[in-house]
Amino acid sequence: MIESLLDNVSTYGGKIDNLFTLITIIVGVWFILAEAVLFYFIIRYRRKEGVKAQYVTGEKKKEHNWIAYPHYLIILCDIVIIAGAVMVWYEVKQKLPPADEIIRVTGRQWSWIFTHPGPDGVLDTADDIETVDKLHVKVDTNYHFQLESKDVIHSFSVPVFRLKQDAIPGRVITGWFNPTKTGEYDVQCAEICGIGHGIMAARISIETPEAHQAWLDEQSKMDQTQRMAMSAENQIENREDNDNG
Amino acid sequence: MAFTAPLATARSATDIPTGRLATWWVVVSEIVIFGGLVVCYIMFRLHHTDWAEHASHTSTTAGAFNTFVLLTSSLFIVLAHQAASARDLKKAFRYIWFTIGGGCIFLVVKSIEWTNEISHGYTLFTNNFWSFYYVTTGLHGLHVIAGMVIMAIISIGVKKGEHLPRVEYIGIYWHFVDIVWLFLFPLFYIAK
Amino acid sequence: MTMAESTAATESSHEVHHHKEPDFWSKYVFSTDHKMIGMQYMFTGIVMALIGGYMAYVFRMQLAYPGEHVPGFGTVTPLAYNSLITNHGAIMIFWVAMPILIAALGNFLIPLMIGCDDMVFPRINRLSYQIFLISVIVLISSFFVPGGGFGGAWTAYPPLSAQSQYNLTPFGAPLWLLAVALEFVAFLLGGINFITTTMNARAKGMKMYDIPIMVWMIVIASLLFMASVGPLIAGAVMLLFDQTLGTTFYNPENGGDPVLWQHLFWFFGHPEVYVVLLPAMGAVAEVICVFSRKKLFAYKTILYTTFATGILSFFVWAHHQFIAGIDPRMAHVFTVTTVIISIPIAEMLFCYIATLFGGSIELRTPMLFALAFLAEFLIGGVTGIYLGSSGMDIYFHDTYFVLAHFHYTFFPIAIIGFFTSIYYWFPKMFGRMMNETWGKIHFWGTIIPFNCIFLPLFVLGMAGQHRRIYNFKNFPDLATPDLHNLRIFATWSAVVMLVFQIPFMINFMVSIFRGKKAGKNPWKANTLEWTAPSPPPHGNFKELPVVYRPPYEYSVPGREKDYWPQNEPN
Repeated sequence: MIESLLDNVSTYGGKIDNLFTLITIIVGVWFILAEAVLFYFIIRYRRKEGVKAQYVTGEKKKEHNWIAYPHYLIILCDIVIIAGAVMVWYEVKQKLPPADEIIRVTGRQWSWIFTHPGPDGVLDTADDIETVDKLHVKVDTNYHFQLESKDVIHSFSVPVFRLKQDAIPGRVITGWFNPTKTGEYDVQCAEICGIGHGIMAARISIETPEAHQAWLDEQSKMDQTQRMAMSAENQIENREDNDNG
Repeated sequence: MAFTAPLATARSATDIPTGRLATWWVVVSEIVIFGGLVVCYIMFRLHHTDWAEHASHTSTTAGAFNTFVLLTSSLFIVLAHQAASARDLKKAFRYIWFTIGGGCIFLVVKSIEWTNEISHGYTLFTNNFWSFYYVTTGLHGLHVIAGMVIMAIISIGVKKGEHLPRVEYIGIYWHFVDIVWLFLFPLFYIAK
Repeated sequence: MTMAESTAATESSHEVHHHKEPDFWSKYVFSTDHKMIGMQYMFTGIVMALIGGYMAYVFRMQLAYPGEHVPGFGTVTPLAYNSLITNHGAIMIFWVAMPILIAALGNFLIPLMIGCDDMVFPRINRLSYQIFLISVIVLISSFFVPGGGFGGAWTAYPPLSAQSQYNLTPFGAPLWLLAVALEFVAFLLGGINFITTTMNARAKGMKMYDIPIMVWMIVIASLLFMASVGPLIAGAVMLLFDQTLGTTFYNPENGGDPVLWQHLFWFFGHPEVYVVLLPAMGAVAEVICVFSRKKLFAYKTILYTTFATGILSFFVWAHHQFIAGIDPRMAHVFTVTTVIISIPIAEMLFCYIATLFGGSIELRTPMLFALAFLAEFLIGGVTGIYLGSSGMDIYFHDTYFVLAHFHYTFFPIAIIGFFTSIYYWFPKMFGRMMNETWGKIHFWGTIIPFNCIFLPLFVLGMAGQHRRIYNFKNFPDLATPDLHNLRIFATWSAVVMLVFQIPFMINFMVSIFRGKKAGKNPWKANTLEWTAPSPPPHGNFKELPVVYRPPYEYSVPGREKDYWPQNEPN
């Protein structure tokens, strides 16, 4: 159901969408049932001249079963929902598959800094590529991200991945994703982080391995100062946007 | 604005006097406030082993002395309650003021401690241990002051023989303040 | 204050005191009468609701027409936008739902429904309102200080809320926090009064199970509030110190922990949902019994499930923090507790629906609102299941899905619950009836636009739209015309709903002075407040009632009348 509104481009996104469908079916049945009974009662038991209401206490065992049986069924449904939720959660947040590549995502007021490991595939080396508000990843690759924040709490959210994780200053939180389709999509900040929260928009570009390599080569030609200068420019643009907005 | 107490005040469906009941509810709501603060402190403490070093700069002697003072003052308020129940107004009045005296000694010792610590450079801003220390003991100190003020007001009534059950209610409160200290003392002074 | 030693013996000699007519100030401003204090809370709450509604109008306009001039406000800057959403949330929960549902209804109804002349501590009651009023003044003044009002969301997560270098509101933030803290103190005082009054001042013969559900609900809500707010008061003191003095409780640079605040906030914040829910549920229970002429279905079960819900609500708080960097294993525990809370709540709603079975339902305005509460709250309830499921919350956290979900709970609670109560108890409050036709126009004019506002927001949430963003043009995936049309539709629905509050206000004001005289018991209800004159004088009852039976004995077989007031011997 969600996919008709927004693409799913991660390996686990489909599982979250399925969980949505599962919950929708279960609670949907209950919801329709409850509303149907409610409206049936309202129509059926409208006041009629000379008809007195019944005296039902709800304390008798038989009457109480009206509540008790649906109640057992709800427990059953709850167990199904909990099982589904826990499994999906385990998959997305708890069990990290081995990383093909590790990137660093840093939130700050009000932009995202993405540190790509560069040609050598290792973070914190000289060939790291730092970009602002644009994340470049390869399709079909297991990425681990190390999420950090420089000032306040931000939240790294990629709706097409169905992924979200808060960035807490002073902590490094590791998560993962594996993109399944190429394209360019939104990255949002999902936790209010000050007046620029609304402009803390980034894009994620999911590329074929060849296109990603081409981008890497192009970046590697520039030296770090050039890249930083570009980043700084972006940053200033952002701030100006914000001031104008 | 003439105020006449409503009949509601005199009712007692639970057989517990309304004032005592309300005092207990005040204590309950205070317990969760101090409880929240203390739990936060403990959570921090477990994550910061270096706080033990800072804790060693609090004066255990002064803390122990203050514990003794507060416990003694609690005894006095019990005696005041007994005297009030026996309608021995003079004695009740005297014991209330002994209790207030205990509170005074507590505060004097406390302020000497604080002065000493601040002069050694351990202020509210030194680190979070000291922030917790000053906030928690400060909040407790405010409760001591509030208790003393209320007791002084009650003592006026006691002298006239009015509102004697209030001695019991302030006693419950004072015990609570005392018990809070019994938690704070080991947490901030003894645990090194 | 008279103490318990002056025994209840004086009650038999009770007579209505003939005070000299009190002057304006002591009658309306410094009154200790529970009904007047209830009115003060109610009118303050209504004024705050208008302010909150105005804020909603402004930011909804900004979302529909970003950057354009909003009639009646001007251009919405990001700073103003953040401040508007923050204060809209805070006002609607702390200064509308709380004062109206707990304080106004509690003050007005508890003494009347348990059959006594006032609260046990009338002067503490007055103090509670005065502190509340100060909190209102502090809050409103915080909008006008240099830097503007606080804009860090009503949840006020540090470090954003703690350091003015981040939130850019050096005065607004501490004032906002101070206002919230004062409001808590006011409701603690009020809560102690409610609990003690209900425990001790009940009419002769009123046993535990003779207490109307409304009173139970307010008392349980007060207990929940009392038990949950303490840690947040402590947390607020720490945050205030961080903001104003520069301590570092929540500052990670100096060893503080920003997530601590989230625990303290939500440990309070989740029970708080039930604190405002329960009084609304109570009012709905009273109304559906009266207008279906039915005994409440399984009174005791409702009571027990309420307690169960209350206790469970203390163990679910971290479902607000699934993705906030807590240990991922913790999420499993909180998913289980959160989903389990659906059981008692569903059971309660089933009992309410079962009450209608075999009834003689008359769709007067209060009944319409009460039934709408059940129908709409169900939507809020079932969408909560999605968010309580950890796996699903990864996607939905902080999206418009959450926003729509909690508006489907809070709107029925605070707005529909309030209208249920006001249409039902208006005759008792002012001695006159409200106009039915205008009431029904107001009903449909509120309920239909309400659904039109928030159903589209579920869709927006499912499309991945996040909250608290002042302009979605910055996000290409969200700036599509389809999604934007939904935003415009929601905005205009909100405007329509606000406009339909005008007939209510006119009906309300006109009925106070011109409405049909109500008489003591216009709805033929059983509970004790309907045995007092309308409006009740100071002291409430000519003769304090004695209770002979539970509150919902409607349509008892073998009796000619279909109601049986609690105070009638037979």
